[in-house]
Amino acid sequence: MSPEMINLIAASTGETLYMVAVSALIATLFGLPLGVFLATSAKGELFAAPWINRVLGVIVNATRSTPFIILVVAIIPFTRLIAGTSIGTNAAIVPLTIAATPFIARLIEGAIREVDQGLIEAARAFGASPLQIVLKVLIPEALPGIVLGLTLAIVSLLGFSAMVGAVGGGGLGDLGIRYGYQRFMPEMMLAVVVVLIVLVQAVQSIGDRLARHLNKRIRHA
Amino acid sequence: MENAISHVSGRHPTTDPEDEFMNVPLGYIGDTPSQRLIPAQPIVRLEKVSKVFPGRDGQPVTALRETDLAVPQGSILGVIGRSGAGKSTLIRLVNGLEKPSSGKVIVDGADIAALPEAALRHARRSIGMIFQHFNLLSSRTAAQNIALPLEVAGFDKAEIRTRVEELLALVGLSDKRNRYPSELSGGQKQRVGIARALATKPKVLLSDEATSALDPETTRSILDLLARINDELGLTILLITHEMAVIRNIAREVAVIEGGRIVEQGDVFEVFTRPQHEVTRSFLADESGRALPPYVASRLRSEATPGSQAVIRIGFRGPHATDPVLARLARDLNIEANILSGSVDEIAGRPFGTLVVGVPETSVSTTLDFLKKHGLDTEVLGYVA
Repeated sequence: MSPEMINLIAASTGETLYMVAVSALIATLFGLPLGVFLATSAKGELFAAPWINRVLGVIVNATRSTPFIILVVAIIPFTRLIAGTSIGTNAAIVPLTIAATPFIARLIEGAIREVDQGLIEAARAFGASPLQIVLKVLIPEALPGIVLGLTLAIVSLLGFSAMVGAVGGGGLGDLGIRYGYQRFMPEMMLAVVVVLIVLVQAVQSIGDRLARHLNKRIRHA
Repeated sequence: MENAISHVSGRHPTTDPEDEFMNVPLGYIGDTPSQRLIPAQPIVRLEKVSKVFPGRDGQPVTALRETDLAVPQGSILGVIGRSGAGKSTLIRLVNGLEKPSSGKVIVDGADIAALPEAALRHARRSIGMIFQHFNLLSSRTAAQNIALPLEVAGFDKAEIRTRVEELLALVGLSDKRNRYPSELSGGQKQRVGIARALATKPKVLLSDEATSALDPETTRSILDLLARINDELGLTILLITHEMAVIRNIAREVAVIEGGRIVEQGDVFEVFTRPQHEVTRSFLADESGRALPPYVASRLRSEATPGSQAVIRIGFRGPHATDPVLARLARDLNIEANILSGSVDEIAGRPFGTLVVGVPETSVSTTLDFLKKHGLDTEVLGYVA
């Protein structure tokens, strides 16, 4: 493999990591409160607002059921508004974030719903406010689940980021399509796949390890 | 955080003019023995409280009907009932986890159901609660769990540390302060639960089946701890349970609940030695020594037949518990009683004996008269051929 190729792969890996990291961060920023709200706003819950809950639920589902490649194209005007352009790595972050936010919200909702209702009752009984219950009880107790959810979301984002390559987003997917497919360089295609596999493995094992460390429900030897 | 500090020291009402609820003193009433001698006022009062839940199939479910209950300051009142009798609803009304459909819930002078959310949260700091499944945070150590109500109440770190150490010592877990709940036994978890409930120096402790998930020996040690807290801190305890042993070991007063109504209430010894209601009797029948031996129970008939024996239960209370009454029955009336089963129990710290005897059905009335004359409680259970 020539030094040029290695440079190309390194640069594309950097782009992929940048896109995934920034979009995961922003999506978590929006997805965490959204997920907590979805988990606590049904009828009879802490922030009971059944109507808003239902409307948000429909929006989240609609976003999640839109195929990613269609979402990328459909929101081009919005992407241009936010990023100033619809081509390139920065532009790719917009659809990635929009696709990941509802996904992360659902994963966090699931993790929060796993928390024993008895803990909420105990916290109410000693005078905690709903916000205190979220910050001091629900999120800390759900943290191992939240970490596993975010790990899953980041792995999915790695896949999605390869897709934005198709619309000029840059990154490993772009490299694979342009060199591996269009220029018939199977070794480049293989290299891209190997790098993605290594990234996914790394993300997954870091996430698993962190979740295990945070989970105090199981006795550690 | 000056406010918070005087809170922890607990003896003085705080004087923050911006928060009128802070003016409620959170220290224990009864810090000195002389104060405890003041006639007990009810600290918790339920007045004609009803609670109706909307049922799943549109059929409303009544959990509590026009219930009156008064828990005197400094006492231990136990509410006993079968599952579904309404006891869970009753205890959850006291700290406002449930709102009554009608009636009033007064705790320490405040109408709990009428308080706005913020004031209710503040009032809850003076009402501790412990749970059957402990409800500890798995992500926090014992010490951190105990600290949680104090963090929520806004105490500063130094105050929290001091108070948590006191509480760990009180429940005997100082050496387990950095253990997570998953590393503690059931009894230790409940001790953490108790320490957490006491963190904000409440005046009332609510116990929701706190020992139901524990083995008998651990139950005993948790009950001993609760009794000690009641005695040393003057803390009023309202507990609900389905276990007779809990009531017998710790409660001074008992209320028996069935079908959303309190069917019997009073001093534990009085209620359990002279039960008036069927449900109370059934709880007593569960106790060892109260049940008839199977060979008698299976042959028991409600009608006397010629030559049959009447089965009589005799209850010996207090001073009569040691009277040689069967010997006198034989000597004075020449009636020979046949002992079928017997036991001596302690209820609320007082001895109570039960003896089941058989006497010829022809001498039933003479025997009953004789026993009543000696101040004993009697009940004819039936006849065996």
